[in-house]
Order: sequence, then C-alpha cells, then structure tokens
Amino acid sequence: MRQSLPPLLWETSRPGKRATWFSECDVPKTEIPSGLVRDDAAHLNLPELSELDVVRHFTQLSQTNYAIDTTFYPLGSCTMKYNPKLNEAVAGMRGFAAHHPLAPVAASQGSLAVLHELQEQIKEIAGFAAASLQPAAGAQGELAGVLMIRAYHRDRGDKKKTRILIPDSAHGTNPATVTMSGFTAVEIPSDREGNVDLEALRRECDDTVAGLMITNPNTLGLFESRIEEVISAVHDCGGLVYGDGANMNAILGVVRPGDLGIDLMHFNLHKTFSTPHGGGGPGAGPVGVGEKLKPFLPGPIVERTGDVFSFHTPEKTIGRLKAFHGNFGMLLRAFTYILVHGPEGLRAIADNAVLNANYLKKLIEETYPVRYRRPCMHEFVATPPDADGVHTMDIAKRLLDYGFHAPTVYFPLIVKEALMIEPTESEGRETLEQFAEALLQIAREASETPETVTSAPVTTPVSRLDEVRAARQPVLRYRSRS
Amino acid sequence: MAYISNTPDDVRVMLDALGLKSCDQLFADVPERHRFPKIDLKPELSEMEALAVLSEHADRNTPASSLSFLGGGAWNHFIPSVVDALASRGEFTTSYTPYQAEVSQGTLQALFEYQSLIAELTGMDVVNASHYDGATAVAEAALMSVHASRDARKKVVLSRGVHPYCRSVTRAYLDAMDAIVTGDDLDRTPGELAAQCDTQTACLVVQFPDFFGRTFDLDGLAETVHAAGALLVVHVDPIALGLYKDPGSLGADIVTGEGQPLGIPVSFGGPYLGIFACRTPLIRRMPGRLAGETLDSNGRRGFVLTLNTREQHIRREKATSNICTNQGLMALRAAIYLSAMGPTGLREVAELCYHRANYAAHQIAGLPGFTVDFTTPFFKEFVVTCPIEAESLVEGLLPDRILAGVPLSRFEPGRANDLLVSVTEMNPKTSIDTFIEALSRVASVNGKEQGAR
Ligand SMILES: Cc1ncc(COP(=O)(O)O)c(C=O)c1O
Repeated sequence: MRQSLPPLLWETSRPGKRATWFSECDVPKTEIPSGLVRDDAAHLNLPELSELDVVRHFTQLSQTNYAIDTTFYPLGSCTMKYNPKLNEAVAGMRGFAAHHPLAPVAASQGSLAVLHELQEQIKEIAGFAAASLQPAAGAQGELAGVLMIRAYHRDRGDKKKTRILIPDSAHGTNPATVTMSGFTAVEIPSDREGNVDLEALRRECDDTVAGLMITNPNTLGLFESRIEEVISAVHDCGGLVYGDGANMNAILGVVRPGDLGIDLMHFNLHKTFSTPHGGGGPGAGPVGVGEKLKPFLPGPIVERTGDVFSFHTPEKTIGRLKAFHGNFGMLLRAFTYILVHGPEGLRAIADNAVLNANYLKKLIEETYPVRYRRPCMHEFVATPPDADGVHTMDIAKRLLDYGFHAPTVYFPLIVKEALMIEPTESEGRETLEQFAEALLQIAREASETPETVTSAPVTTPVSRLDEVRAARQPVLRYRSRS
Repeated sequence: MAYISNTPDDVRVMLDALGLKSCDQLFADVPERHRFPKIDLKPELSEMEALAVLSEHADRNTPASSLSFLGGGAWNHFIPSVVDALASRGEFTTSYTPYQAEVSQGTLQALFEYQSLIAELTGMDVVNASHYDGATAVAEAALMSVHASRDARKKVVLSRGVHPYCRSVTRAYLDAMDAIVTGDDLDRTPGELAAQCDTQTACLVVQFPDFFGRTFDLDGLAETVHAAGALLVVHVDPIALGLYKDPGSLGADIVTGEGQPLGIPVSFGGPYLGIFACRTPLIRRMPGRLAGETLDSNGRRGFVLTLNTREQHIRREKATSNICTNQGLMALRAAIYLSAMGPTGLREVAELCYHRANYAAHQIAGLPGFTVDFTTPFFKEFVVTCPIEAESLVEGLLPDRILAGVPLSRFEPGRANDLLVSVTEMNPKTSIDTFIEALSRVASVNGKEQGAR
C-alpha cells in the first residue's frame, strides 16, 4: 500500500494545463444571452491539469485503499464477496452502457428482457409473487416496502395502524425508514438466545401495529429459530411482515422468505448478488412482494406478452421512487451473476458462506468470546479478549497492520464492543486461518504490549485520524488561499 | 463452482473441525418443512455461455450514437478515456463505504475532491458525498426544506419545468409527510411561481435549464422566495454550469442535480449521480454522507466521514434520512471527469451543446410543417412541434438508427405532436444534417399520406 497521499487537485493545478480537447465549433454560432452567462469575476475555479496529472493523481489515490481485490475484507453485514470481472465486462457492453433510458421500447427489448428475467429470478429465489427493481439501494427498498405497507392499510380504510415494530438488533436504516414513511418505530428487545423476544413482541401486537421489520438471519448472524411464530403474531393482529434481505447470502437455496410468510422484502444486490460496492455505492435494492401487495409496487415493472416486453405501472402503485428503471447497470451485473450460478451454485454460496463463518468462529472463539453459543449463519459477533484498555476499535486498527480489513465494529448495538465478522463464501480455508492467526497474535499483543495495539495502525498512509476535530471544525471542501 | 475458493478437501477438513458430516447440518434452525426448497432456475452457465447470452440481449438494443437526439434527464455526452480507466480500478470498485478511514484514504480524498468540485460548480458551501440520482435528490431537498421549517411549512411549490420523474418521486416521498405539492398543474414562469410562495411554503423548486430545455433568468427569484420565508431549490444540469451563472450566485439555498452528464454512461437509466448541495446553515439537516478533512495522530492531513450524527447508523429513527449506500463510484467518476475537463474543457463542451442545439433548432424550424418555439432561450434541448405525432415520427426514423428525441406525450397529455430534441457535443454538424434530411423525408411522406386521405 502506498505510504502517502497525493496533493489535492488544486494544489498541483497550473493555468493553461488541460487533459481534454474538442474540435472547433462546426456550425454557425448563435449569440448567448449575456445576462445568463458567468462573468469573468465568477470564473470557474476547477483545477487545470494534464492527462498524466489526472492519471497519476487517481492511481495514487487508489493505492491507498484496501479493497476486496487486494485484501480479505470481512466487514459484517456487508457481504464483501468477490466481484466477478465477467459482470464488469457485461455492464461495459455498448448495447447496454450506451443505451438511453427513453429510447423507444421497441429499440430496448434487450434491456427489458434482462429486467424481466431478473424479476423472475428474484421471485423464484425468495418465493414472491412479484418484484420491482426500482429501488437504488437497500434503504430505498425499505422505503418502498414501508410505503407499500402504509398504502395497503389505507386502501383498506385502516388509519389506526401507526406503529412499526423493529427488533433492537436492527440496522439503523430500519427505524430511519419508519420515520420517513410517517410511522412510529417501536423497539422490541432480543432474548437470551439472540432471537426476537417473542413474549415482548406479542405484548406490543395490537390493532395499531402496521407491521414488523425483521432481518433474518439477524444482525447477530443467527437464524430466528421461532420465525414462524413471530410472523403469525404480527399477522394475527393485522400487521404485515417486512423482511430486510441484507443477509440473504446465508439462505440462498436454503429457505425462501416468502415460504415462511414474509409479506415483502428488499434484496441488497450489492451484497448477495455481488455487484461491486464502489466505495459506498451504487447498489440496487429491489423489492419482492406476495400476492396482496402486488398492486402497490413502485413502478414501472416489466411485463412479457409472448416475446415482447413492455413497461407497466401497477394499479395502486406507491409511485415512482427513482427516475427511469432503477440502477440498471447493477441489475445487469446481478442478473449475470445469477445466470452463472444456477440453483446449485446459489446453494453452494450459502453452504460455503455459512461453513466459513462457523469455521472461523471455531478458530477464535476461545479468545474472542461469542455470546450466543449456537451455530451461526454467514457471520457472527465476537467480543475482544479481556485486556486492560484494549478496545474493539484498537483490534480493528491493528488488523489493518496485518494486511486485513477490519470487521464491522460496534454494531449491532446490543453487543458491547461488537466485532461483527463475515468471511463470505469467496474466501478459502487458508485465508480464514491466516486471519484467525492474526487475531490471536493481536490478543497476545494486547496483554503483553498493549501500546502496539492501541497505537495501531502504523503501516498505513495515515495513522489514526482525529474524528472529533473533523466534526468540531468541519472542513468539507477545498478553498483556495487567494 | 466459480468464485468459491474452498476445495472439496477444505470443506471436509472444516466440517470435521466442527464435528459435522455435511453442510446441511448447519441449517438446523431453519423450519424443516421449508428447508432446502427446489429453486426453479436454469442450470448454471459457463462464463463463455453467459457472455454469449448477454451479447445477444445487448444486440437487441439500439444504443446511442452520433445520431441520437435523446435527452430528457439523461444525455449522451463524451466520456474521456481516463474516466473508465481510473474508475474501473479494483481498489475503487471493490471497497466498501470508507468506515476504516486509514485504509480508505483514496475513496475519502476523492469524495472530498468531488464535494469541492461540485461546490465550485454550483456556488454552494457544502455538497454531500452523493445521492441516488437527480430525482431522489430533489425529493430529499423538498423534505429537508419541510424539516428546516420544523414541519411548520408543509407546502412545496414545484415548477412544471422540473423533470416529470423528479416531480413524481418528490410526491412519493412527501406523501407520507402529509405535505402538499403544488404549482405544476400549469406551465408557469419562475417569477409566477415565486409569487405563489406564502407563509405555508417550505420551498420553491425550479430546474435550470428546465425539462423543456429553457433557460429562464433566475435573477431576483431568490429575493421573492426568501421574502415569503421559503427556501429556493434549483435543480441543475451540471454541464450547463460550465457556461451559465451558478445558482449560488443567484441566491439558491439548495442545489440538486442529475450528475449523469459528468462522465457516467446513460446505461438505461442508472446508476447515475444525485448531486446535493446547500448553504452552511442547513448542514445539520442535510441527508447523506460527508467527507471531511482532519489530521492524523502525527499531524498529517487525512480524511474521514464526518458529521455522522445526522445519519441513520447513529440517530436511527431521528436521522435526517434513511440513506446508507449512496452512489460513491459515480461521484468518483464525476471527480475524474471534472479534473480532466478543467474550466476550459467544460466551457467548450457547454458552448458546443449550445451552438449545435441552436443550429439544429433553426434548421428544423425551416422545414415545412415543423415549428420551434424560440420565445425563451434554451441550452441543449428544445421542443419541436411536428406535423405528425411525435411517436410515429420517432418510429419512422428508427430503421435508419436515428433516435429522434423524446415524444412529450409520454409525460404531457395533449402534446402528441411535440418532440423534445437534445443536441450535445456528440452530434457533429454532419449528423445534425442527416437528421434534418430524415425529418424532412418522413414529414413529406406523411404529409402526402395525410393529404391523400
Ligand atoms: C441489515 C442491513 N439492512 C439494511 C442495510 C441498508 O442497505 P443499503 O446500504 O444498501 O441502503 C444494510 C447495509 O448497509 C444492512 O446491513
């Protein structure tokens, strides 16, 4: 990894440098209304660079990143699996990449076919009656879902339902979505086994409950062992059950959420179906629904009549959540990924993801305690060894020195000092063993030379960064010193 | 199996270590009657087969070329080769949101630079690290305006000149807040809309250039809007800002935009880039991530995600938005694009768009039966009223692989003959002339048919 950061773009800018050139204007010029145009005083202060400057700058930046392509990246809840290069090749095909979203439908049959087939794949994999590919990411899938729940109850004339139940292990997007959708979030505790506390849930279930948002496997990496009872409790009071599908990787070919009675769910294609995370996105968060929510789906969705594909807006749609047809490039990658796996390949993903997690857990759990003593799914939540003054954050930072990305830290909130580890199916046994060895070595350091751990990282381009300073004296953009 | 590193031997060793006989035993918590369902999908394809299947799909599309005049929220602009070469580096594409800052400086500095570039372009103080797309950025800007009034103002005045998709997304987002969206029932000028702002109004949203391509002068608009106590949101095409005055200098409070023209392929509608920028006083209400500069423990400059207390992972149900994954890689593309263009390149592109669009419009206006409304100046798009229905005209030109434009009837009932035409630096004079010739042919054939009827 590169040991220093390049200067900011403006710091190497020199007047007169340029990296692009265009041909002379080949048509007669039309006068530009002068009142609308930037005057010289408002000259645009963009950097002026040569093409080589631009290439070196961004190449050097890239060399200060850890990524799946360079490093094991066991970030829990994020499913950092290998992102196949095939998918990039497909997304780059001219027929897809240069295809305009408002081209006539007759000239777009290839793209529409992809969308339709992906809808069908998703329905089949998760056991739903219909799907919409509109949402741009998991959180937007959640928004689509909770707005559908709202529309469903309103359509039945039921305005009493104002609350949505959420387990305390849930991801932050769940409660944030509930508020954005005009509902009140009600937190349900977890029990000693790491499941939703069924008794506490039943106590909350009344006719004001619009639904439950549940992640299964949950964020502790555990399959809710009483999931059917949980779902019935909510259905019995007239609520709907929303599945947060972020952890679908563990259950591909193992169980279909729709079969369990989940009414609607989002998928994180950038997790389960391996579209690259891109340093924070783009993703794609399609929603699948059972029969009764079909009319409310965000549109448009793609329908097939014979060999012809067309767009269709569901009759009681919650509306449009994004311009055009969802993050098509990501949908295309996910479609390709499912094609090369087939049903057996999908099951192999779940098997290896869950086996890897359990094996890694076994290798470290004597030193890094895991509160819930039962087989995990694709991930597990460990805690640091007992050592004075050494915290989860320190262990995470020290792992960076060992050439590994850190696990997710301090989430879920219900485990103090959580280290949430998700190896994914892509990694082989040797990598897991090397990672476990690093963790055990760090545990020894923590008791023998704790300052090695608390002062980490030391091999990275910058050492620990002052987050308090960043928040107290925010510098959010470059400003020239002139 | 592809993409799995364990060999059957590894699997056996690992199962042995766990005291298990098969992977099936790992799933004992799953209700038995639903365990291991049959999944009815086609059997796996090899990489070679998959490429063949997908090429076949790709070949059934008619992608944009120099003979494409499609715009309406996504435009065919030139993408310098450096953008793909750099943005496709695995260190950028296969990293996550930069939670571990020390090993994510590349992503963080690039986001900081993106924020700085867009701040410069829009004349705003703060830019977030991206939103999903232009439409969701508009929707969140409207939501933010409502929240900025502590939910006391629940009316959002929206111009008909804002892209119809942005308007529908805004309605879907605001529905749950019981807010009112008005103003877009008729085509009104920005000045007329500003006059509709009252004590209930959270914000006015206008688009520049507007959906129909028009560049209304926004000078003085902010004063009227602010006098009513409302905020001004301007939704922009970032390419236009290489040439035109930035909304910041015109008093806008929030600027949103569709960032697709900044080095992002049209790709059938996504992934794109939602630009979201505002003034400093609104910062605590801003949705999305922010990269900020700080120092490391050795006093060296470094970057982190900051002001997180607005966000869902800290504030949960009290967060400013639920957004988590954004469009980071698209922000990187925009940063590379703008670094490569510089102020001169961006202005040249904008001027090429302007002059070629005006040339095309005048040529079309000279064809019998076609009219173009020149009352308001336009940037790179304009509306043509055709002698026949725009849908049939588009269909008629398709066999020549000409993508003639977007029939407005898809968005605007009653405008069957209107066609939205977009001209950019990608359409040289020769292509425009070919287009004009084809238009005159289709129109004359149709004219004769109609005459014969
Ligand atoms: C459990 C869970 N739910 C929801 C989300 C939100 O998904 P996204 O980041 O795609 O919006 C995430 C991921 O960040 C997650 O881990």
